[in-house]
Amino acid sequence: MGQSVISVSGLAKRYYLSHEKRQDTLRDSLVQKFRRLTGRTGVESDAEEFWALRDVSFEVAEGDVVGIIGRNGAGKSTLLKVLSRITEPTLGRAVIRGRVASLLEVGTGFHPELSGRENIFLNGAILGMSRAEITRKFDEIVAFAEVERFLDTQVKHYSSGMYVRLAFAVAAHLEPEILIVDEVLAVGDAQFQKKCLGKMQDVARTSGRTILFVSHNTAALQAICRTGLWLQQGRVVQAGPMNECLSAYLGSGTEPAKFTAQSAAKPHLTSASIDQAALARGRLRIQVGFQSPFPLNPPILGIILHSKYGQPISGSNGRMQGDGWAPPPLAAGLVTIELDHLPLHSDTYRITLYLGDGTQDYDEKRDALEFDYVAPHFYPQTPRLDFIGPVDLPWRWSVSAG
Amino acid sequence: MEKPATPELVLEAGRASRHYWADLWRYRELLGFLAWRDIKVRYKQTTLGVLWALIQPAVTLAVFTFIFGKLAGMPAGHVPYPLLVLCGLLPWQLFAAAFSNASGSLVANTHLISKIYFPRLIVPLSSVAVALIDFGVVLVLLTTLCVWWQFMPDWRVLLLPLFVVLTLLTAIGTGLWLTALTVKYRDFRFVVPFLLQVGLFLSPVGFSSTNLPNWRFIYSLNPMVGAIDGFRWCLLHGEPALDPVNLGVSVAMSALLLVSGLWYFRRTERTFADII
Repeated sequence: MGQSVISVSGLAKRYYLSHEKRQDTLRDSLVQKFRRLTGRTGVESDAEEFWALRDVSFEVAEGDVVGIIGRNGAGKSTLLKVLSRITEPTLGRAVIRGRVASLLEVGTGFHPELSGRENIFLNGAILGMSRAEITRKFDEIVAFAEVERFLDTQVKHYSSGMYVRLAFAVAAHLEPEILIVDEVLAVGDAQFQKKCLGKMQDVARTSGRTILFVSHNTAALQAICRTGLWLQQGRVVQAGPMNECLSAYLGSGTEPAKFTAQSAAKPHLTSASIDQAALARGRLRIQVGFQSPFPLNPPILGIILHSKYGQPISGSNGRMQGDGWAPPPLAAGLVTIELDHLPLHSDTYRITLYLGDGTQDYDEKRDALEFDYVAPHFYPQTPRLDFIGPVDLPWRWSVSAG
Repeated sequence: MEKPATPELVLEAGRASRHYWADLWRYRELLGFLAWRDIKVRYKQTTLGVLWALIQPAVTLAVFTFIFGKLAGMPAGHVPYPLLVLCGLLPWQLFAAAFSNASGSLVANTHLISKIYFPRLIVPLSSVAVALIDFGVVLVLLTTLCVWWQFMPDWRVLLLPLFVVLTLLTAIGTGLWLTALTVKYRDFRFVVPFLLQVGLFLSPVGFSSTNLPNWRFIYSLNPMVGAIDGFRWCLLHGEPALDPVNLGVSVAMSALLLVSGLWYFRRTERTFADII
């Protein structure tokens, strides 16, 4: 690791929220100018400021692979846009030493009417490759994308999978000193995602390139990034080793999900929350609220845990606890569901909830909760989850000489 | 291999302009690729293809010849009237196509502008290329007609490229204004066809500017007057004669449009990605 290649200090970016709406047509703008002239400046106070980034400072050393984490709207994409020179900061400065290529979207500039071959050149040029560079890597790109047979077919006839593969293949063969990548691995089928991830790992490990990487895929972040940068509401909350940032971020808690009832005359679920602190320790603790116009006798809550692709992993409800379980009839209450050891690999999971009284189900919330789980023990050698499945059973191993 | 010294890039409010012209040069291949894309895509899935570039001027030529030549009986000197019209139509079509392509170019490339950095000037510049292709097609039509009427241009034709450049610079200057304005105010989408319609009749396309002997100076404030007169001068044996003052006015207006267009474009460019 060498000198710092990206130094950001006091970076801030301001957007006007209502500004765009009000000034999008010439008339609005003229009206506003006229009002300003006549001293009626009521309109201006309506323009609501929004700071997408505030006082962001950090350094990135040469060859470092930085994962940027944070919830939606935390400023991750804005930060990447500023560093990619697409938009300029409102305050502060960033110094970048080296050639930057940014990949904020897969397939930027692909034209549906052009063939795969033509799009490789077009997209390569848009991403900053020279014609000679593209020609040199052309075969490699085509092989990576697995689209040899369709090279001269118009891209509009491609399946979405082929399209994404081709687009990523071009981007994967960029050779900048600094690579900026937004959430682009969330596309394509699982197998291709794995391939992309592998390519990113290769690039990160072997080439010594500096990478800034935004993702919600915690497993990918753990596998690729050394350093983490956690943003919240436009500010840096924590910067440091990836695992520390990630567990701090995941432990920071989420807003509980609130549900609005379709009809108050029916028993319904009101809220659901997941205890992130417990989750960071490998335990699952979920609290679910319900309300009913009449007492439920007994209130029965059903839960199904799904993989991120929606396959059920395990489901249960209160009655499956056995005969001894007899909660009192309740018209409103809070149900707590706990699991002391969550036998799962690091991935994203979803939870579906049901509310009933033993004779029928009254309410159902599909994907009521979604959570990123980082297993306390992470093994870099874990095969891909669509191959071994998401469940991590407590196997015991022994080997003896035969 | 030893790497060259790494360039240092400072990102700050109002500072993005430092390496602008060097960047523009560095991205010249992208300019070529975008132009190539537009040309390639232009006549995809059309049956008549590039013939469309011919049909439009041919019909306009017939209509103008009929209205101005036959109905209004305007003089054409020693040249066939259709040739006079075509020599006006040629630069006008080039201007109209280049101007309207450039005006719509930024909004048409929104997806690029919000996702990738490059000097934004590349977008309107590359969009002008398609207009040049269509210009080439009409030039073929002109050559055919010249052969038909056995009308050979003299040495002056060698100066034609100068007036092509004048036409293009005028189109780029006005196009830069409108494309930058359209990013913020979509109203200007409606202004472009309107300007072209009015401009067609305010420029001496269907008739010779010699029909307005007392107004030529003021008329030359429209830079296309200079360009069209220049085209006729080059192609029709120096007829009508070029007045240096009037031509100078047109060139100056064109330069003014270009410089101010560049200024406005560069001034607003930094916010394109935020408001497009």
